[in-house]
Amino acid sequence: MTDIARLPPAGALSDLRTRVRRREPVDWTGIAFLTGLAIVILLPLIVTAVWAFAEVWRFPAIVPQRMGLGYWQETLTRNDVWQALWLSLSITTTVTVISAAICFPAAYAFARLDFPGRNVLFLAFLSVQAFPKFGLIVATATIFLTLHLVGTFWGVVLIQLVGTLLYMIWIPVSAFQGVDRRLEEAARDVGAGPMRVFWSITLPQALPTLAAALLITFVSTFYETDAAWLIGLPNVRTMPMVMISFINNALEVQYGAVLFVFLWVPSFVLMLAARRVMGADAFAKGLGG
Amino acid sequence: MAQVQLSGIAKTFGKVTALDAMDLTIDDGELVCLLGPSGSGKSTLLRIIGGFEMPSEGTIAIDGVDVTDLPPERRPTAMVFQSHALWSHMTVFGNIAFGLKLRHLPKAEIRERVEKVLDLVGLTGYGARLPSQLSGGQQQRVALARSLVVEPKILLLDEPFASLDQHLRERLREEVRDIQQRLGITAVFVTHGQDEALAISDRIVVLADGRMQQVGRPGEIYAEPKTAFVAGFIGAMNMLEGTLADGEITASGLKLPAEGSGPAKLAIRPEDIELAEPAEGRTVTVRRMIDFGAHVVIDGKLADGTHLRIQTDKAIRVSQGDQIGIRVESWTVFTEGDEPRRYRSDTVRSFRGARYA
Repeated sequence: MTDIARLPPAGALSDLRTRVRRREPVDWTGIAFLTGLAIVILLPLIVTAVWAFAEVWRFPAIVPQRMGLGYWQETLTRNDVWQALWLSLSITTTVTVISAAICFPAAYAFARLDFPGRNVLFLAFLSVQAFPKFGLIVATATIFLTLHLVGTFWGVVLIQLVGTLLYMIWIPVSAFQGVDRRLEEAARDVGAGPMRVFWSITLPQALPTLAAALLITFVSTFYETDAAWLIGLPNVRTMPMVMISFINNALEVQYGAVLFVFLWVPSFVLMLAARRVMGADAFAKGLGG
Repeated sequence: MAQVQLSGIAKTFGKVTALDAMDLTIDDGELVCLLGPSGSGKSTLLRIIGGFEMPSEGTIAIDGVDVTDLPPERRPTAMVFQSHALWSHMTVFGNIAFGLKLRHLPKAEIRERVEKVLDLVGLTGYGARLPSQLSGGQQQRVALARSLVVEPKILLLDEPFASLDQHLRERLREEVRDIQQRLGITAVFVTHGQDEALAISDRIVVLADGRMQQVGRPGEIYAEPKTAFVAGFIGAMNMLEGTLADGEITASGLKLPAEGSGPAKLAIRPEDIELAEPAEGRTVTVRRMIDFGAHVVIDGKLADGTHLRIQTDKAIRVSQGDQIGIRVESWTVFTEGDEPRRYRSDTVRSFRGARYA
């Protein structure tokens, strides 16, 4: 009934195979994008980094005439730089911890519970970001004045907390929503109570994404300038404030450049470590991917 | 090990009735399949037994103890989910040991029991792997091991092999059946695949629209379907709309003896149709012939264009457009609100011999 298709002889088959083999096509679009990104992102970084080690660099030289660690020594021996660094670190840590304590349970509630006014409340949390931030800070500053919070540690912490709400609610909500309910049911099934399920299953499953939220919060709070400037100064001088005053007040750009590299390296290392530990997938998921 | 008794179980989601007043007793050591199309309520019923859904009405008792109000962690049941639901942040060992750790067993005993159950599901030595390093079939075995290790009285399986390919599915269901019989554990298996249900169950519960259509042994359900739905759902079936009058049913030009009057459904299994000489009222036009190797299926057209599936001998060869005669060996007539009536040509012949000489 059926005709069996005649196979070509063995030699013909291998001929076919060699003809089919082709070179990988060159992805010119990809290369163009990559080059463009490199110029826009990497070039300014490299120039600033070079400035940090340049002692003499005059136009039109492409590389500095003299390199050295002179400006590093001058910057890092200053007391106010180290004070600002410790202050920044303690403010940032405090903000991140408080923010997590407030936002993670809230995010869990938004993700898992159905309560009246849920959507309105969720929007209210996020709508903070819809206002021009500077206006919001000025308005808050007038309230803080009467409360004697301007120029205090806790004043800066409070105002910076507001800025963290977006990342610390939005990302964790998607993290908790992303945890398959069946995983939790399977844990209930073998005998775990609701609290045990949260600690042993839900939290570890959401952790990579939660860590991404924590990291973004930490880094963005550390570099925050507007609120620190309006609420913090003159008593509370955070690291970015010191950097800005260096850049504004010093004739040599090197002071600013040194601080730039000084601040950039740790956060870059932190990001790399986070990527390594959590995996690029989880990280991308945390950022809404 | 255990008996499950469902009495008057009903479940509504808002205005939608998912399950309607269901009574069912599952005996000790029995494997019962809940079979039905999507939305028939089979998964809801399983989740009610497992404690993941609360019934709107009715009670569940396991070994005579009312468990209706108990949460899943306090019921002697264990569920294998369709999606495996393995915890990706734990190793295979961690997944299986979790339930034992909750029971505060000594470490040595946990290790011993996990290794024993890994052996049972054929995954000896896989303990240190992460679920993501396993194939789909292996993941499902881990899920099974995780449920078995806590020694539940009732094993619940929610379409556990739906995401696996045909061969693996067949092999795993044989294994599950083996393990279930070896442990003598009571099991409830949800599936929408009738071949799966026929292959492994002691009894099948056919569900449709939240109602139990029929409960019975696999062969019984196949041979003696109680409703037109069951007849059409289990196995291949030609279901024709017909009219009863003057001691026969007329459907798509086909006439067969049958009692009663009014509209009715005529159900004929493809294997109950024999080829014969073409004659008035029992001629079929061939649309396509499908050669399955072991048998041949002819997709034919009746006088009014209705499809008729005929299963016949592997030696038979027909081509498109051929006119072939048929002889129906047995058929069932379903009428609304009445018990189905079954007929066989050899018993009918005695009083209507003329037509079926």
